[in-house]
Amino acid sequence: MEKERVFVVVLGKDQKGIIAQVSGLLFQHGANIEDVQQKVMDGTFVMTMLVDISESASGSAGLRKALDELAESLGLKVMLHNEAVIKAMHRI
Amino acid sequence: MEFGVEEVFETAGMILFENFDIRAVTLGVNLKDLIDRDAGRLAEDTQERLAGLGRRLVSEAGALSESMGLPIINKRLSITPAAWLIEPCAQADAPLVLAQALDRAACEAGVDFIGGFGALVQKGATAADRRIMESLPQVLSSTQRLCGFLNLASTLAGMNMDAIVRLGHILKDMAAAADKGIACAKFVAFCNAPEDNPFMAGAFHGGGEADAALNVGISGPGVVRAVVDKHPEADLTELSEIIRRTVFKITRGGELVGRELARRLGVPFGVVDISLAPTTAIGDSVGRILEGMGLERVGAPGTTAALALLIDAVKKGGAMASGRVGGLSGTFIPVSEDEAMIEAVQMGALSLEKLEAMTAVCSVGLDMFAVPGDTSAGTLSAIIADELAIGMANDKTTGVRVIPAPGTVAGDMIDFGGLLGRAPVMPVCGFSGEAFVARGGSMPPPIRSLRN
Repeated sequence: MEKERVFVVVLGKDQKGIIAQVSGLLFQHGANIEDVQQKVMDGTFVMTMLVDISESASGSAGLRKALDELAESLGLKVMLHNEAVIKAMHRI
Repeated sequence: MEFGVEEVFETAGMILFENFDIRAVTLGVNLKDLIDRDAGRLAEDTQERLAGLGRRLVSEAGALSESMGLPIINKRLSITPAAWLIEPCAQADAPLVLAQALDRAACEAGVDFIGGFGALVQKGATAADRRIMESLPQVLSSTQRLCGFLNLASTLAGMNMDAIVRLGHILKDMAAAADKGIACAKFVAFCNAPEDNPFMAGAFHGGGEADAALNVGISGPGVVRAVVDKHPEADLTELSEIIRRTVFKITRGGELVGRELARRLGVPFGVVDISLAPTTAIGDSVGRILEGMGLERVGAPGTTAALALLIDAVKKGGAMASGRVGGLSGTFIPVSEDEAMIEAVQMGALSLEKLEAMTAVCSVGLDMFAVPGDTSAGTLSAIIADELAIGMANDKTTGVRVIPAPGTVAGDMIDFGGLLGRAPVMPVCGFSGEAFVARGGSMPPPIRSLRN
């Protein structure tokens, strides 16, 4: 099956267990994490995960909904972008 | 990972904090094959086609927005100029019958607006053109989602002053026909109207277009403002470079969405319109970009130069990012839709005359501004003639979207709500140009039109 890769972007105040909880949720939804980066930028914790959702029954819509709910409970923001968007905007 | 966390965060931040979005996806639709002597049949066939295409547009755009993670705000349709469609219809109310069908199609499909109820009369008006013109007050005041336009001048043909004189009266009727003159907000008078413009109120599907084309309008004043604010020490050369780089990125996002949506719809991709389009949202303002460059307020000396720098950088960044840039591709400065422009008018920093000067260096023209309700038809015609002359003489698009708001005087505020915002009523020069425009006739095109 062809991969469908999305970037999950989590940002907000650093706290224990962010990676664990987001990873757990992605696992539950059948998404495969291919890479993780994190950094504190301008005082904000930023984590990006490159995730293959081709085998996820939830699809991007279901995943976005679940991530939104988790982020809200943790006081964080979460965004989901298709890899194609990042590629188009940042590579020629 | 191929991409750094900074790059991914930059895109997310643009959407989260700086109002970056795909402002409009507009499906242009040819309707010439539906032309019929029977206005009822024309209306019925038109409604059926547009409702079907519109439903698919809304559905596919929603799905694409979700899968890409890029907001697509407005879904719109544009059509073959209505004057061409009613050409053989003898029925007196054919324009209204068609207009109501278009409006029903838009509502049925759930598209935000449908554009193209207009005519190209820069050199002269046919009987059908005149019927469309005369129907505008009733049509635009009795429909919800229909937008109208007239192209009254071009660099090649000159300016049709007879039509502009008539339009002054039509605008007065249009203003009186609906609350707060709001019908006027759905109409634009053009010089050199582009045939592939995705933005309302002036979108139409031109005669040189294929059966369908998907055009995209991106947005990004908030994004540009943020990078300008981050570089207070940059000189103008550096500032231009910074803006170019930013616009390049957002245009690439727009192009990706446009091409993919066109593929899903099975229609040709048209153009990306790289215009910076402000909204009423706080921070999503072209005026704030100019202030970020160092102007105390929009309208201060230096405003035209700052706007020229901005639009030049936008065009260069956008043109490098997309092989299909088109439409208006300028910088919109609608007064009622831009918080900084509204403030500047209220504070006395921005006059109608300065606004007109600004339009000499960016497309679109005098957009979404209100003038006192007692402004005469002749003065409205003269304001339009001035603005269209800028477009005609400089071989560029200009337009006028003016609201002579009934019962208002200079200094009042008209609140249209939603996307249309609120317009401070601007004073108009008390001296008259009516005798000039009343001469009528056709203003010859400039010598630069003889270029073959």
